[in-house]
Amino acid sequence: MQLFKYLRVVDQAKAIEAMTPPNARFIAGGTLLVDLMKLGVETPSDVVDVNGVPLDAITKLPEGLKVGAMSRNSDLANHPIVKASFPVLSEALLSGASPQLRNLATLGGNLMQRPRCSYFRDLAYDACNKRKPGSGCAAMSGWTRMHAVLGTSDQCIAAHPSDMCVALVALDATVYVSGAKGPRAIPIADFHVTPGTKPEVETVLAHDEIITHVIIPDTAFARHSRYVKVRDRASYAFALTSAAVALDVQGGNIKQARVALGGLSTKPWRSKEAEEKLVGQRPSRDLFRVAAEAALAGAVTKKDNAFKVELGKRTIVRALELVGGLS
Amino acid sequence: MTEPVTGKGIDRLDARLKVLGKATYAAEFATANIAFGVIVGAGGGKGTLSALDTAAAEKAPGVIVVLSHKNAPKLPGAAKKGEGIDRVVQIFQDDQVRYSFQPIALVVADTIEHARYAASLVKPTVDAAAAAISMEAERPRAYPPRALNGKPADSNKGDFDRAFAGAKTTIEQTYSTPDEHHNPMEMHATIAVWQGDGKVTVYDATQGISGVQKKIATVFDLKPDDVRVISHYVGGGFGSKGSPWSHILLAVMAARVTERPVKVMLTRQQMFGFVGHRPTTSQKIALGADAAGKLVALRHETLSYTSQFDEFAEPSGLCSRMLYACDNIRTAHRLVKLDISTPTFTRAPGEATGTYALECAMDELAYALDVDPLRLRLDNYADKDPEDDKPWSSKELRACYKQAAEKFGWQKRKKQPRSTRDGRWLVGMGMATATYPANQRDASAVARIKADGTALVQAGSQDIGTGTYTIMTQIAADALGMPIEKVTFELGDTKLPPTPVSGGSATASSTGSAVKLACLAARGQLVELAITDAASPLHGLAAGDVDVDGGAGALVSKKDKTKRESIGDVVRRTGKEELSARSDTKPKEDRKSHSCHSFGAQFVEVRVDEATGEVRVSRVVSAFAAGKILNAKTARSQFVGGIVWGIGLALTEESVRDARNGRVVNHSLGDYHVPVNADVPAIDVIMVDENDPFVNEIGAKGIGEIGITGIGAAIANAVYHATGKRVRDLPITVDKLL
Repeated sequence: MQLFKYLRVVDQAKAIEAMTPPNARFIAGGTLLVDLMKLGVETPSDVVDVNGVPLDAITKLPEGLKVGAMSRNSDLANHPIVKASFPVLSEALLSGASPQLRNLATLGGNLMQRPRCSYFRDLAYDACNKRKPGSGCAAMSGWTRMHAVLGTSDQCIAAHPSDMCVALVALDATVYVSGAKGPRAIPIADFHVTPGTKPEVETVLAHDEIITHVIIPDTAFARHSRYVKVRDRASYAFALTSAAVALDVQGGNIKQARVALGGLSTKPWRSKEAEEKLVGQRPSRDLFRVAAEAALAGAVTKKDNAFKVELGKRTIVRALELVGGLS
Repeated sequence: MTEPVTGKGIDRLDARLKVLGKATYAAEFATANIAFGVIVGAGGGKGTLSALDTAAAEKAPGVIVVLSHKNAPKLPGAAKKGEGIDRVVQIFQDDQVRYSFQPIALVVADTIEHARYAASLVKPTVDAAAAAISMEAERPRAYPPRALNGKPADSNKGDFDRAFAGAKTTIEQTYSTPDEHHNPMEMHATIAVWQGDGKVTVYDATQGISGVQKKIATVFDLKPDDVRVISHYVGGGFGSKGSPWSHILLAVMAARVTERPVKVMLTRQQMFGFVGHRPTTSQKIALGADAAGKLVALRHETLSYTSQFDEFAEPSGLCSRMLYACDNIRTAHRLVKLDISTPTFTRAPGEATGTYALECAMDELAYALDVDPLRLRLDNYADKDPEDDKPWSSKELRACYKQAAEKFGWQKRKKQPRSTRDGRWLVGMGMATATYPANQRDASAVARIKADGTALVQAGSQDIGTGTYTIMTQIAADALGMPIEKVTFELGDTKLPPTPVSGGSATASSTGSAVKLACLAARGQLVELAITDAASPLHGLAAGDVDVDGGAGALVSKKDKTKRESIGDVVRRTGKEELSARSDTKPKEDRKSHSCHSFGAQFVEVRVDEATGEVRVSRVVSAFAAGKILNAKTARSQFVGGIVWGIGLALTEESVRDARNGRVVNHSLGDYHVPVNADVPAIDVIMVDENDPFVNEIGAKGIGEIGITGIGAAIANAVYHATGKRVRDLPITVDKLL
């Protein structure tokens, strides 16, 4: 049987140390790792249980909200400060998974979510550059309805599945990690990487680093933020398209804007192209459509996901309408 | 006197056991020394197994044997195909891979963990062959199926061509429905135990213990009596557990080879592989109406597919033969063969998909004629069965239309599409007719009246989560004249009298009739014993003058309540502790001169987000006339369950196959979208009173499947009314409305 060592740790240093074996994995809520282990996609040698590491605090700091990596999705979504000051985050979290999964899933685990590509998850297909670098991509000429149109490469088109990360991108969050070489801070937009020629690499987190917390800055636009998710059923479905947007409107003009996309891209996607179209302008439906067009201008589609380009634009417009008071 | 309980919405008698986890499902039977079998399925599609490397698996810890075509016992019976629900199975008799997920090896080990791990070590080498996966590509090779549920594949009444050519208003459209999988909560599971005397006992998650018994007997060349199949609880089947599939026989084979009990459970992924599914349909409908809006021509041509080695045809056109009054009706069914596993009965096979096509076309005709869609149905109401001109055994469809329309508020609907808006939502209303045949098949039951004043009633049967235990106990209690607490009903064992498969909504009708007749016979014996015995206070009374007062545990003279004798005393007079009667019930004779169907009316309101195309069903009001309702609570659950599946049919469900190998890509409950609570609004079900003296002994027509019929069309029609877009290709996903 596929044996693995199970180690329960209660402090960060021990956690980092326990990751010495190259095929060790952290387990927090386990909602993804256990799933992938059952499918045979993940076969860790060591499973390091970090549920005992005290990293679940949600604390208000002068510069923003500090959220521990072990805070559960449902706790974070329903936190009064999150609901009041970072509505996009609450909405994104509550649109993901199911209540049972959200009760287990953690912030850190969500940041490390792996793609939902059916070909990645099915060992019947040998070709998966993510699973077996250099083996090819079965998805390219397969069923691509759920796949990305932004940030793809000729090696991988798997969409990033997280809702929460999209909201964090719109909120300019910073991810704090700690490892053998000490702590460091990574802007959320740089935390995930596009597949390029190395689809097996999904984040900049080193193997022996642990996510400790995220700081979400208290910005003028954070309070005016919304998450819109379009999916194939009303709940418990991954996004076809999603948009997290935040606007700071002053004197009738958009002073700052954030537009982040989910379901459409290989990583939680910040569209500076869309933001540039918005800043300095008066909110209007026409403007929002211009911004949406800019966001999807670089889309590369496959047979089954071409509809996502127009749907993505409409999703962005809807989110902007909600924030801009035009809905 | 004991008050009748049939019809009352009493709680399920097995609910407490289920909630407490004490209802024993097939995989849960405690069996000493059990071994675990894990099926290795083909990863790719069609081909030949040029090699199968089992060495690593055989050496893995705990492995007892790895069965495959290389070492499996040769079973001449494996190739035999019985009638009806029987299926051709793949149990390692050759090196051919006929479809993706086909079982190619079974790893048997001492624990489930060992077996699963070792299964991952089996390495097949398959020489892939060109596979036919696309139904459309194979269309030129379409052929008529042998039969559809015992009916001819084609029908022809009047002269469709002439009538259609002469019609004032016509509609001609093609509607399609995708592959769907049943997805019951409980995975298929089998425990096989050879008893050492050449007899085998099998615990199986099945809708039909008798079919499983027959199949095992055929494949292993046994007498049916030497095969005992037990199935006390089933966690849903929806047709997928109606036929004996490969895994059952593999469990029996492995138990014989290892001389140990063997348990085989499918994974959720394997549930998308080889236990049946609803096949894709492409249905071409042509309707012609005269100036008065009367249907003069109706044609319904269905193309679906089957596997290369077995035949199942989705009978979508059957509903068009009987639903509306029309003198010129032509229907045809065609199949193509694909390199995909054999499809099977799925949630109202034929009627679910057929009413989608027919009732969408009727909606399109209503717009073309500029009449209200409900009016069009009423104008073409069939007062007798147009297929054979027989009278209906009962048909309260007019009352269904009326009661549901009133409660729904259909008259408030504005005729024009896109005429109602609520913020970002376009609001639409649609309706359709529901129909399902009221089947009855041979069934047997035995009733035992005990000296302690209780009764035990038994019939093979199965409870697939529908409430069979409960309604049978209700029927038995009333027939015996006993309170329900004193009656126990047992099912799910081939040692008990045989009954049909729990499919075709026929269990209440078939087994219920047998239960009633067996109980009446036992009660008759009881009364007879009293009135013919000089020692009884009831001696000499006419049988009709004696009541059973089960609550008091006594027989009582109707005319003189002081004349009574305890049930115990009467029973003991036989010299035994019980008296029993068996009924072998045939379909009621009156059925030959009547056409027996259930009917209903589905009214739906949807809201469609104009920008994103998201559809939400916001209201459903449905009325059904299905004869006598045996339990108002479980019946409501059946209707609501059918409607929920109808929401899935219309909006969310589709098994997507990879075009290269036919393998289902979205083979998990996360990716195959059945409706979740958030997709389902309040559903208002009206059960219309209907008295049917002809359909069977209990007057109940069967309600398991009618709920899903019509609902697909009602939703699609409501989406059209909301948006002006006619989607003729299910499911109605956002991309089709952009």
